[in-house]
Amino acid sequence: MTENRTEREIEVSNSGGEGLGKTDGALQAEQEGIFSGKKREGQKEIGSDAEERAYRFMVRRKKARRFVKKWLATAIAAFFAILFLMPIVLTITNSFMSSSEISSNYGQVFATSDTGGKTYISEKVNLKFIPDMVSFSQYITVLLKSPDYLFKFWNSVILVVPIVFFQLLVAVLASYGFTRYRGRIKEMIFFLYIILMLMPYQVTLVPNYLVSNWLHILDTRWAIWLPGIFSPFAVYLLTKFMRRIPVSVIEAAQIDGAGEWQIFRRICLPLCKGCLCSVAILIFIDYWNMVEQPLILLSEDTMHPLSVFLSKIKNGEIGLAFAVATIYMVPTLLVFLYGEDYLVEGITYQGGIKG
Amino acid sequence: MKIKKFALKPDRLWKEKSEKSGKRKRVTKRDARGRKVSSVFLSPSVLGVLVFFVLPFFVVFFYSVVDNPISHQFVFLDNFKIVFQNAAFRQAASNTMKFSVIAVPLAVVLSLGLAMLLDSKMPFRSQFRTFFLTPMMVPIASIVLIWQVLFHYNGMVNDITALFGAGKVDWLKSEHAQVVIIVLFLWKNLGYNMILFMAALSSIPKDILEVAVLESAKPWQIFLFIKIRYLSSTLLFVTIMSLINSFKVFREIYLLTDDYPYPTVYMMQHFMNNTFGNLDYQRLSAAAIMMSIVMVIIIGILFLAENHFGRDVEG
Repeated sequence: MTENRTEREIEVSNSGGEGLGKTDGALQAEQEGIFSGKKREGQKEIGSDAEERAYRFMVRRKKARRFVKKWLATAIAAFFAILFLMPIVLTITNSFMSSSEISSNYGQVFATSDTGGKTYISEKVNLKFIPDMVSFSQYITVLLKSPDYLFKFWNSVILVVPIVFFQLLVAVLASYGFTRYRGRIKEMIFFLYIILMLMPYQVTLVPNYLVSNWLHILDTRWAIWLPGIFSPFAVYLLTKFMRRIPVSVIEAAQIDGAGEWQIFRRICLPLCKGCLCSVAILIFIDYWNMVEQPLILLSEDTMHPLSVFLSKIKNGEIGLAFAVATIYMVPTLLVFLYGEDYLVEGITYQGGIKG
Repeated sequence: MKIKKFALKPDRLWKEKSEKSGKRKRVTKRDARGRKVSSVFLSPSVLGVLVFFVLPFFVVFFYSVVDNPISHQFVFLDNFKIVFQNAAFRQAASNTMKFSVIAVPLAVVLSLGLAMLLDSKMPFRSQFRTFFLTPMMVPIASIVLIWQVLFHYNGMVNDITALFGAGKVDWLKSEHAQVVIIVLFLWKNLGYNMILFMAALSSIPKDILEVAVLESAKPWQIFLFIKIRYLSSTLLFVTIMSLINSFKVFREIYLLTDDYPYPTVYMMQHFMNNTFGNLDYQRLSAAAIMMSIVMVIIIGILFLAENHFGRDVEG
């Protein structure tokens, strides 16, 4: 369906582009004509009429081509945008279906046979963009009737918020340390941070598990909090940003008699405000989305965040799942809405790994 | 004393002399104190990293070369051999490798394409940027449901492919599961990579591009000889990040298919999770060490490549 749609879109933009391009080009050519006409009077060239026509033609063609190109690019971008947004929009719209509508539409997707495998009936799965009847019954159930989901949501919050806050705190101090008085030892430590940052979970989770085991914090929230708080990611990003602060600013403060703490508190911190927001958003997304750490470090289901819990929703509650999924992505979407520019900035700081 | 000397001599002379005699002399008392204080700033983070990442990593290394955590008998590479002979590990390693080899280049190329697209003149550019970036924000867990609906045997994707005459495919329960995971991976990561490329593209000096156009360079020449050269460090970074994210894809697979996925999407992390379940420290440590060695080698190669190709360009 989407494929057809883009083809049509491209066609439309093609034909529309040429038509509009012609008029646009003609206008331009007319103006050029007046100009070249004046020129002709002065110089009295022979055969310039044909030249002018050719010139006009070229201008027109160039204009038309540019126009087609522009709209073709827009059409392609629109196609991708639809692809990218569709799953999100579908999840949100489907959350407004009543549970009977969901089970009649998607019942078989999530239905399990007696043997545990999924059964396939030759019926179609009716994917619906807009529910037949908008109902808030799912939300009412999730928010008011079954505290289980809210409890898991709270689990997610309580796991993520301290990590974001304290990681920022530790990182902003450390990045000041990395920025001032750079020596060989500090550069080596910083390089170690980069390597650690680049290590996948498969590597870092084993040490984390061992430490949690020794400190007897396995199966408690500390097992997630502590490695999260000391994760080198924020340090790396903030250091890269802080090193861009001109040295002259800091030197000026020093000459005015500011101590290290004052330089940090009065100069670096205010300058880093934007970057702190960016890093906070990046950390938040990362940990809001976490699955691996709770699976390994928290064996009790009651402490699992909503992300893990969502995948285990039972057959009978599938109607609720869309509503829960939507609730789960609301915080991230809100953060995105207010902090998109910060996010983009944060990603941009990340680029160019050699600091 | 020092201050007097400093006051007597002209500024420039002092600088030249101090440069000749080395940096040591310029370290003042104040500097030494600042150095100490700045280490204090650094200490919480370094301590935390030491305790939670670096020191245990040495222990992991130790565990990987002894036979069990109690007797500490040195066995050198035996654990590695055992892990390597494990069929599940091999399957996981080859699947992970296959996935990365396919998904990472796709992610780099497609996101570069999107960035170039948005770099051209077009209406609604910032809106498109927002749209492409949205998947990055949305937690995978929220989106998995609709993904299951779309890729169901009777789902929408099969309906679309049927229009082109393709047969029905059970996407999640066959070899095609890998395709689904790659699509999901791309969906999630393209926006992030695109932003990186867009920033790099906009930092290419305009005058160089203008000169190229004046010298009647063809678009592909401009792309290959100018843009790619300037993008080389970003290309490296995007490749590394995509690689790391491709190792994280377990998350998507786990949420889509639970603990027991189709064999072609059985990943490293699945293997690790199962080994965690058995509390087999030796195998776990050996696997982690192997993985980290592979990572270091890959990153090293990419850095060398970037140094080779991008050295004449100021980033």
